[in-house]
Amino acid sequence: MIEHLTHLALPLLILLPLTSAALAFALGPGRGASLVIASSALQLLLALLLAATIGSAGPSHHAAGGWGAPLGIDLVADGLAAAMLLLTQGVALALFVFARGYFHQDSQDADHWAPAGRYFWPLASFLVAGMNALYLSEDIFNLYVTLELVGLAAVGLVASGGGATQTAAALRYLFAAILGSGAYLLGVALLYGSYGSVSIAALTPAIAASAPAVTTVALVAALLMVTGLLIKSALFPFHFWLPPAHGGSPAPVSALLSALVVKASIYLVLRLWLGPLQPLLAPFAWLPAILGASAILWGSWQAIRAERLKLLVAYSTVAQLGYLFIALPLAAASTTGVAPVAIVTLQAVAHGLAKAAMFAAAGIILHATGRDRVSDVAGIAERLPLTLFTFALAGVSLMGLPPSGGFLAKWLLIDLALAQGQWWLVAVIIAGGLLAAVYIFRVLRQAFLNLPEAEIEAEHQKARVVPRSAEWAAFALAASSILLGIFGGVPLLQLVGGSV
Amino acid sequence: MTTGLLFALTGVVLFAAGAAALLLVDHLLRRVLAFNIMGSGACLVLVGLAQRNGVPDPVPQAMVLTGIVVAVAATGLALALIRRLHAQTGATTLPRDGADND
Repeated sequence: MIEHLTHLALPLLILLPLTSAALAFALGPGRGASLVIASSALQLLLALLLAATIGSAGPSHHAAGGWGAPLGIDLVADGLAAAMLLLTQGVALALFVFARGYFHQDSQDADHWAPAGRYFWPLASFLVAGMNALYLSEDIFNLYVTLELVGLAAVGLVASGGGATQTAAALRYLFAAILGSGAYLLGVALLYGSYGSVSIAALTPAIAASAPAVTTVALVAALLMVTGLLIKSALFPFHFWLPPAHGGSPAPVSALLSALVVKASIYLVLRLWLGPLQPLLAPFAWLPAILGASAILWGSWQAIRAERLKLLVAYSTVAQLGYLFIALPLAAASTTGVAPVAIVTLQAVAHGLAKAAMFAAAGIILHATGRDRVSDVAGIAERLPLTLFTFALAGVSLMGLPPSGGFLAKWLLIDLALAQGQWWLVAVIIAGGLLAAVYIFRVLRQAFLNLPEAEIEAEHQKARVVPRSAEWAAFALAASSILLGIFGGVPLLQLVGGSV
Repeated sequence: MTTGLLFALTGVVLFAAGAAALLLVDHLLRRVLAFNIMGSGACLVLVGLAQRNGVPDPVPQAMVLTGIVVAVAATGLALALIRRLHAQTGATTLPRDGADND
């Protein structure tokens, strides 16, 4: 029975969110929300089951509709894919619980939902379906289709806020996403023309065999694919679309985008760069690392300067994504110790949990104060202690303080950089942690200020209290980013280690 | 030069023209046209390069069909968003200072 269910886990992880998205659209936001939450709880169980199976029995395969490659579509899950699936289902479930409380707060009765909440459920569920399909895809063309599914659903979510700023941010995001996936598609076309296959399993040996005499076409193809993905990953200097899209959306949407969506294209960069494209791209490995280091410094600096709270959190995402790229040259050169891919995955998971918690907490704070400047959080410590604690816990992981998951990932990164004598990377990682402390303590310092009129204001704002369920869902995310460092690190590293 | 290569080269030119327009042009409708031209260019490369010795390869043709579906969906979404932006602000271009206004 369990074995049979594991076999079905791969297609079910795509079909369940797709079905609940369509049904949620038909049912409307009230019952749709319950359905989507129930479905994502089931998906989390499936992802856990899948990870357990892969941990003991190796990668899992499924030929969609009984048609395998080259004509059909193969679904494959290895340790890396299983870890990303777990992150996606776990964060999505917590954020959906958060979103139900968050969107429901304005309504007086069960049938009245704010416009942003009405379309959230089908779009978010489509988004999860797209991401799951992406992590399970084995051929580079199917990956293009899933990239577009994720991109279009994410653009819809950004626009669901409804205001003119959000529409403009959604359009900006859509154009960046289309430029990125267009470049990726042209790369796929050129690779297919050169090697006659889109399957990663078939391309890897074919490219490796032709490696000494690399054709210009194959090299251009690889560069196009990676550049397209880097635009979608918002790696500095392609980050221009991220702050308005992530900073201007409703809080559950910002959290989904920052915690999960950018990780999908970064996952692809890693998988392709360290997989089939490795022989072509090996000389360029330092480029993403330098851009990643610039992202850490520039994003942190912008977060320190930002006046709006959510923009601060969004720029923090630009910075934290940089860590995922600086390991790339280390990964290519590393032979012993903890697999670099596993370290990057640990950082991605730690950041995903912490950033989802931080955006959720920021959303609760903004809703309670009704204003969005960093200076407006003054006095929050007394009114929303749990949410402020959530924000601080998430901050601990982003700064990389022990015992958080962020600490473990950054510690292992430093260890890896030292082993290879890359002192400048160590300096960047430490500087990034210090800069993160500056922007997080900027918020915390304000929060503990005791304004004379704080109590009066608290009375005045009492009507705008966020449901406890939303506060606890955000807290659960922040707590798991800390617990990841204590309990989750080793199993995760073992699951991912050596899968690419 | 084979027919396939001619198709592929045309595709590359179309892609480059579309990408340049997507980046450089301000008017939103033109940018929608630009990304459609860009996508058509990529599809032309996919179909053109895959002809071997005059025998067309059916797999990329199926892929291009999928690509067209994706392009239609993206175009529809872009047009809906452009209409909404026009209704809300009367603008047909994106505001200039979007990226860094905090």
